Amino acid sequence: MSSLPATVQDVFNEPGCAKNVTKSRAERNKGCTRQLQPGSAAGGCAFDGAKIALQPFTDVAHLVHGPIACEGNSWDNRGSASSGPNLWRTGFTTDLTETDIVFGGEKRLYKAIKQIIDKCDPPAIFVYQTCVPAMIGDDINAVCKAASQRFGTPVIPVNSPGFVGSKNLGNKLAGEALLEHVIGTQEPDYTTPYDINLIGEYNLSGELWQVKPLFDELGIRILCCIAGDGKYHEVASSHRARAAMMVCSRAMINVARKMEERYGIPFFEGSFYGIQDSSGALREIARLLVERGAPEDLIGRTEAVIAREEARARAAIEPYRPRFKGKKVLLMTGGVKSWSVVAALQEAGLELVGTSVKKSTKEDKERIKHLIGQDAHMIEDMTPREMHKMLKDAKADIMLSGGKSQFVALKAAMPWLDINQERCHAYMGYVGIVKLVEEIDKALFNPMWEQLRRPPPWDGRADDWQTKTTAQLDLQPIEIVADQTLTQKTPRARRICFCNTVDLGTIEDAIRSHNLTSVEAVTQHTQAVGGCCRRRIEDILAGRPISWWPATLQAAE
Amino acid sequence: MVIVTTPKKACAVNPLKMSQPIGGAFAFMGLRGAMPLLHGPQGCTSFGLTLFVRHFREPVPLQTTAMSEVTTVLGGYENVEQAILNIHNRAKPEIIGICSTGVTETNGDDVDAYIKLIREKHPQLDKLPLIYVSTPDFKDAFQDGWGKTVARMVEVLVEAPAAETVRNPAQVNVLPGCHLTPGDLDELRIIFEDFGLQPSFLPDLAGSLDGHIPDHFTATTIGGIGIDEVARMGRAGWTIAIGAQMRRAAEAMQEKTGVPFRLFERLCGLVPNDDFIAFLSEISGRPVPSRYRRQRGQLVDAMLDAHFQIGGRRLAIGAEPDLLFDLSSMLHEMGAQVTAAVTTTQSAVLEQIKTKEVQIGDLEDLEELARTRDCDLLITHSHGRQAATRLKIPFYRAGFPMFDRLGAGHQVSVGYRGTRNLIFEIANLVIADREANHAPTPDSWRSATLPSRGGRRSSIDAVERSIA
Repeated sequence: MSSLPATVQDVFNEPGCAKNVTKSRAERNKGCTRQLQPGSAAGGCAFDGAKIALQPFTDVAHLVHGPIACEGNSWDNRGSASSGPNLWRTGFTTDLTETDIVFGGEKRLYKAIKQIIDKCDPPAIFVYQTCVPAMIGDDINAVCKAASQRFGTPVIPVNSPGFVGSKNLGNKLAGEALLEHVIGTQEPDYTTPYDINLIGEYNLSGELWQVKPLFDELGIRILCCIAGDGKYHEVASSHRARAAMMVCSRAMINVARKMEERYGIPFFEGSFYGIQDSSGALREIARLLVERGAPEDLIGRTEAVIAREEARARAAIEPYRPRFKGKKVLLMTGGVKSWSVVAALQEAGLELVGTSVKKSTKEDKERIKHLIGQDAHMIEDMTPREMHKMLKDAKADIMLSGGKSQFVALKAAMPWLDINQERCHAYMGYVGIVKLVEEIDKALFNPMWEQLRRPPPWDGRADDWQTKTTAQLDLQPIEIVADQTLTQKTPRARRICFCNTVDLGTIEDAIRSHNLTSVEAVTQHTQAVGGCCRRRIEDILAGRPISWWPATLQAAE
Repeated sequence: MVIVTTPKKACAVNPLKMSQPIGGAFAFMGLRGAMPLLHGPQGCTSFGLTLFVRHFREPVPLQTTAMSEVTTVLGGYENVEQAILNIHNRAKPEIIGICSTGVTETNGDDVDAYIKLIREKHPQLDKLPLIYVSTPDFKDAFQDGWGKTVARMVEVLVEAPAAETVRNPAQVNVLPGCHLTPGDLDELRIIFEDFGLQPSFLPDLAGSLDGHIPDHFTATTIGGIGIDEVARMGRAGWTIAIGAQMRRAAEAMQEKTGVPFRLFERLCGLVPNDDFIAFLSEISGRPVPSRYRRQRGQLVDAMLDAHFQIGGRRLAIGAEPDLLFDLSSMLHEMGAQVTAAVTTTQSAVLEQIKTKEVQIGDLEDLEELARTRDCDLLITHSHGRQAATRLKIPFYRAGFPMFDRLGAGHQVSVGYRGTRNLIFEIANLVIADREANHAPTPDSWRSATLPSRGGRRSSIDAVERSIA
């Protein structure tokens, strides 16, 4: 069992990563995450990454060992879909308290594991290490090992405390946990020459099911999907697959490469976003399977399915072409998606004004150049302010991005579509890309935009009237304090006599115009009764601050 | 006497509680030009941020000192310093609010001393207020973080008035608990202004997280109460605190400025609002405007209309203490029984809840209690959705977070009008549930025995109530 620093170093040395192999040895040792800038960092921690990568295993209990923040602030927040078990959506945490921090949390963790097994009896428990127990030296590996032996249920330590690095590192550490403790520990019930693994696919909004019918039709079996709609038994026996596809993400490249090394499972990196990519992925799967001994007719059958599906998808997109003519898209997403969606958008007649290449490799960039020409706007890093300006100046008609930048677009009253993990629509495969085009159409041509950009009739400009109003509101209290006449005016409306409703102004005016000196004189010249308001009138006559609050009230306090 | 029980389980299942630091950060979001900063690893900030963004569907400012394993060993001074300088240079905030987390508390980082050192080293920060609040994750809960932070704001930002300063009796300080939404604050503002009072809300989420469209992009909060206005709070005639969590802040205000306070533990329901409106009438010296006389009548009428649905309901409620007390009391006053009550943290109000037992626990506890005690109305935050599906009872979402429905920021429960609408919403849920799941059939009464106390509610019961 290797130590956490050794595992982290091993992950950083990943030879399968295209970006990594171009680096010098020294650079590689620094790791692939940029040094975080305190005060201007964004994004999740390693624990977040590990949890995201493994949580979609649906029949597993995911137990977070840490104080409430780690699980309490984040549970049940992923949009993965399950075809059966729902245990993955239950939040389990040891919710460490001050006492545990002082005396150590190992016992509590052991008891928590027992509690879960007694109550839910899951096929396995994944235990996630977090920062605080890592600091106080809780040895989750030892606890998990003891619990596995005692209870006969696999208890898998996922050693990824948040402070070791970024979300991306966490993905890889999760992969390491699978490689070390899970993969190859069980045997599949049966095997076929058509068994594949999908690695790094999370079945968000059930998008895997947009592609699965095609696999089913071709007789291709998903032996294991890591991790979308996956089950423990499937991943434990995934080493018997014939081929693997690393789906649209380098997050788990270590898993794909090491499975190739250990079990001889060839893999390729592909994506199901866009028509061409979907076809490419299907072809590659068929080719790899045939290479590994599947009957050769698979290739012909795959081509037939591809031809049919492409024709259907193109026919469905065709009507949108005239509507989308001249519409400009800004695509702010990372890595593979920066080009895999581009082709599909172009096919629908949209014009691409820019795409982000922040997380893309050299090959990704070459592909983009190939697709949208040399002068393509490849945006390395765009601040929210710049994005906002680009949309406001109407250099783009719609932005497609992840949830983090959604308000940049929406607050500029510009159409926006979520194409990252939090989205509620599924965009995979041929069905998915048609859906994406439909959604773009709905967003672009919503009649609402026109109304939203219209200024209110009482103001020249729509976009700053609210700011102005707010500014005025903010100023008001200051003015009241600063301006003498205003200060006097407000209390003048105040009631002095409640019985006959006489305000301060009336009494003051009466005093001034008739030179009154006594309460009785005031009652003669005004409606004031001089009973319960007697003291207040005396205050006014004496020029004292008025006692606004009746004594009974102060006593009550 | 209410018995408050604490958890004995080793493993919390489906947590109800959220952590203290993000409660603290939430309070800073009600200041203008603020940048809340969590001193801890980036994940602490990232999870909190996601939660707030999904709840409000608004951009939310929240930064991190990005502690790594190495800096944790070395101590966090440099990270705090860099974070403050970076934020100061890039976002140009009017104030930075710092909350600690589990990691930096376990480490024992003395952030107050860090700030002193940073101020000595960087005189350009002289005019930038830096407020630090200690909020370890492994103690207390969300509302405690909020309460502590507001108390700290009062201690640091409010100026003690000079002896000769004349109080402005029309100026009122309002210290709202974190269970009030921006919509609640807007409603309260209208009420105060109708009495000729000028309220200063600390914090003022209605200014910052109400869903307005700003003209330009800023990284800090937009709207909220300005620190200049906070400084002047010492000149107010009164402080009104809402929710027991705000007692600490109100006492701090009184101690520092001598402004007397009155604590309203709840503002949902008829009687609490009668007290509130009467108090405003007294301190403003104005009679109750006709609008509120009418609204009171409307609330009374709503209670008459809805008591058929709400009376006799067996309520299962999971919420932070102040919200739990507020909503459960209102429903209790309309004839509901508070059958299962689960909360997150200790509080003085728990003893006043109209039930036998309050558990400090999680949503698993609430679900089990609701099942064994045959509850037929569930109130908790959005994480109760799984339990509601399994229990098959009407589910009203209340509290934070509410990520799976729109309009969380505008859900109003204060005032006569807010209470009235809330009652209608809950009663309508009950009606919809009866139509969908409890319609009478020819066989409804065939095998029915008379309901025994505490037994499962029979369909006769439901039908009779609907006829009544």
